[in-house]
Amino acid sequence: MTSEIGHFALILAFMTAIAQAVSLFIGVNSGDGRFSVFGQRASIVIFALAALSFGCLMHAFGTSDFSVVNVFENSHSAKPFIYKLTGTWGNHEGSMLLWVLILTLFSAMLAAQGRAAPAKLHMLTLGVQALIITAFIAFILFTSNPFERLFPAPPDGTGLNPLLQDPGLAIHPPFLYLGYVGFSIPFSFAVAALVLGKADSVWGRLVRPWALAAWTFLTIGIALGSWWAYYELGWGGWWAWDPVENASFMPWLAGTALIHSVRVVERRDALKGWAILLAIATFSLSLVGTFLVRSGVLTSVHAFAVDPARGVFILAILVLAIGGALTVYALRASALTPTGRFEPVSREGGLILNNVFLLAACAVVFFGTFYPLFIDVLTGDKITVLAPYFNLIFPPITFLAMAFAAFGTLLAWKRADANSILRKMIPAAAAALVAAVIVLVIADRARALGAFSIMMVIWLAGGALTEIAQRIKLFGGSFGDTLSRARGLPAAAWGSTLAHLGLALFAFGAAGISLWKSEEVVLMAEGDISEVAGYAVTLKSVERLRGPNYEAERATFSAAKGGESFTLSGERRFYPIRQMETSEAAIRAHGVGDLYISFGENTSGRGWPVRLFYNPFVGCLWWGAGLTAFGGLVAFGDRGRKPARLKRKKPAPAGSAEAAPA
Amino acid sequence: MRKVVLFAPLIVFVVVGSFFAWGLTRDPSRIPSQLIDRPLPEFDLPAIQGFSEGLSTEDFKGQVTLLNVFASWCVSCHIEHPLLMELAAKGDIPIYGLNWKEKPGDGKAWLDRLGNPYSMIGDDRQGRVAIDLGVTGAPETFVVDKGGRVRYVFIGPITQRSWEETLAPLIEELRKS
Repeated sequence: MTSEIGHFALILAFMTAIAQAVSLFIGVNSGDGRFSVFGQRASIVIFALAALSFGCLMHAFGTSDFSVVNVFENSHSAKPFIYKLTGTWGNHEGSMLLWVLILTLFSAMLAAQGRAAPAKLHMLTLGVQALIITAFIAFILFTSNPFERLFPAPPDGTGLNPLLQDPGLAIHPPFLYLGYVGFSIPFSFAVAALVLGKADSVWGRLVRPWALAAWTFLTIGIALGSWWAYYELGWGGWWAWDPVENASFMPWLAGTALIHSVRVVERRDALKGWAILLAIATFSLSLVGTFLVRSGVLTSVHAFAVDPARGVFILAILVLAIGGALTVYALRASALTPTGRFEPVSREGGLILNNVFLLAACAVVFFGTFYPLFIDVLTGDKITVLAPYFNLIFPPITFLAMAFAAFGTLLAWKRADANSILRKMIPAAAAALVAAVIVLVIADRARALGAFSIMMVIWLAGGALTEIAQRIKLFGGSFGDTLSRARGLPAAAWGSTLAHLGLALFAFGAAGISLWKSEEVVLMAEGDISEVAGYAVTLKSVERLRGPNYEAERATFSAAKGGESFTLSGERRFYPIRQMETSEAAIRAHGVGDLYISFGENTSGRGWPVRLFYNPFVGCLWWGAGLTAFGGLVAFGDRGRKPARLKRKKPAPAGSAEAAPA
Repeated sequence: MRKVVLFAPLIVFVVVGSFFAWGLTRDPSRIPSQLIDRPLPEFDLPAIQGFSEGLSTEDFKGQVTLLNVFASWCVSCHIEHPLLMELAAKGDIPIYGLNWKEKPGDGKAWLDRLGNPYSMIGDDRQGRVAIDLGVTGAPETFVVDKGGRVRYVFIGPITQRSWEETLAPLIEELRKS
């Protein structure tokens, strides 16, 4: 019965969304307030219905109701309860329902935020959201219904993909979706602004928090996914340039460009057409990512069940949403005229440069991801683009972006003094050079590249710190003055500093692991000793064991270096229900990095093929990504309701006045 | 001029979108085999160590058969193995094995341990025949018709589902013709 309620609620949400879109567009044209009131309230109703629908599916998973096809195919009674619940979105149908749930949640929040936005802009934006919701619910109802029944109900399910029985994978899709779907709001705002022929700093102020929130979620989602791949897939790496990874990275790059250029719209009332195009592009790339994952046009380790009908449907959504938005853009963007004047050496000039780098990076990823498809269509050849392509082209662009990002934040709006900024950057430059020399001296290999990479990292971090030090007068001001300035500083400034520091930390980790990783592949029998990065690793024992729904081989290793020793163990699991193997790498943080061991099957009878890695600075990847996301969160807190000019004239807040010395 | 530039994103999308549409009609994981509907390449392989009979092209004539490329070092072959055993036990269709790039003795040891689903096995130690067959990896399974022609190539381990949905109906059809 619950399953039918869920299905019915979803159909009702579909009908309501159609009615909502129609009434909002009528409301905008006629100015009749009743239509717009219905349109706004409908958002809340649709969200409630989607939540009910999702709740019903979750209930079916939680109670292992195998009369529901989706539960039968993707769950099993022998699974831990928590993974039964997370299994709700561990499959195609359920994950699309989660996608819709988040979409309706954002729409409802946007509807509730009504009074902050000009009425017509708000209604049109909600109207576009309603169209997107309609399209995706239709996709679920017509091609991917999670509520289908199965009679008679089988006694047990066919098991959840064992790779999904993992906390990392249970929580990373929701974060990714919050990101992907979050970008639908800037998209809808962009389309609405084009239709109205008006985008101004109010528009920028409205869009920025949504873009920032979506970007923060996406950052977390990607980082969690990478972390999962690192400890679960057993290949010792953290990023493989797999099509599905790229699908999440492209909207991130475009979204990063978006959050920077929306700031320009907000502060300088310029770059409007560009910001709108970015808002469209970012959500479009999210949709393309969905298409990529669900249609099976490219092969990937993440491939979901491939069904051509779904691919065609998503392509239709793609054509309507992206094609429609870009058509509106082509016809209407000329109506958006900039009011602010533009100097090349200024904060806005720097942000444009930043956009160029980010989009170049995005284009590189896009091209590499779809090149096999292009070649297949043009020549019929089957090829794959592997990591070396990305590893060759991506870092130089990143280094350029880092070089400029370091002092971009120091540039003043409108017009900046290049000389004084270069002077301010002298300490950062000095620190970067010192760091480079240190690397040259202590690194055992990859000296030149390492020195250069670390130099860029310190340069970027130095730039971020210089900016904040300058703004709070860390050197030269009194302590109290500094403190009050620090408090008065807009959250956006703190956010960008934190995000840039996070990026530097992340780049440090990425450089460290790619340049100084140690790797050994050996055949080891019990009692054998091999060495990696100065660790003497002994394979102590391999034992067979039986888990709740898998059989496993557990290998225990002991590692010793410099008088210290510890043990670590990893597993290779075989899930008979799905005939799948997974690995749990043996990982132990020690020194500046991780000792990471994965092992294969003892087929020869002479020993196990063992891969030993020492991954230096790998922790910086996760902390860096976390810090970057935290920066996004802090900047999100900056509502920027008052233009900067007004803010400065205001008397200092009471708290900071007390802190100032008498 | 400015107006034309504004159409650029739309044009880019139309181009990319048509690639997507075209891409939907293709299955990227299936590398088209050059051998489909052609006779098996001629070979006459010796037996693997511990067995007496080898495998040659002549053995495929007269009935629908499966040629399964396997090796003891191949992880996916382990996964596929129980299904092959099941098929062999039913005895519906002869399964011939091509033991690919195997060290002498390893093949027999593997079969002794897990069971032998193959009615005949050829030893392709150098991988020459595999090259003629266009094998991209193990396991790979060729469906060969009564006339000794390759009719289908299945890449990767056969699963219960792919057997029921793809291979079994195809074999049924080949038998009738």
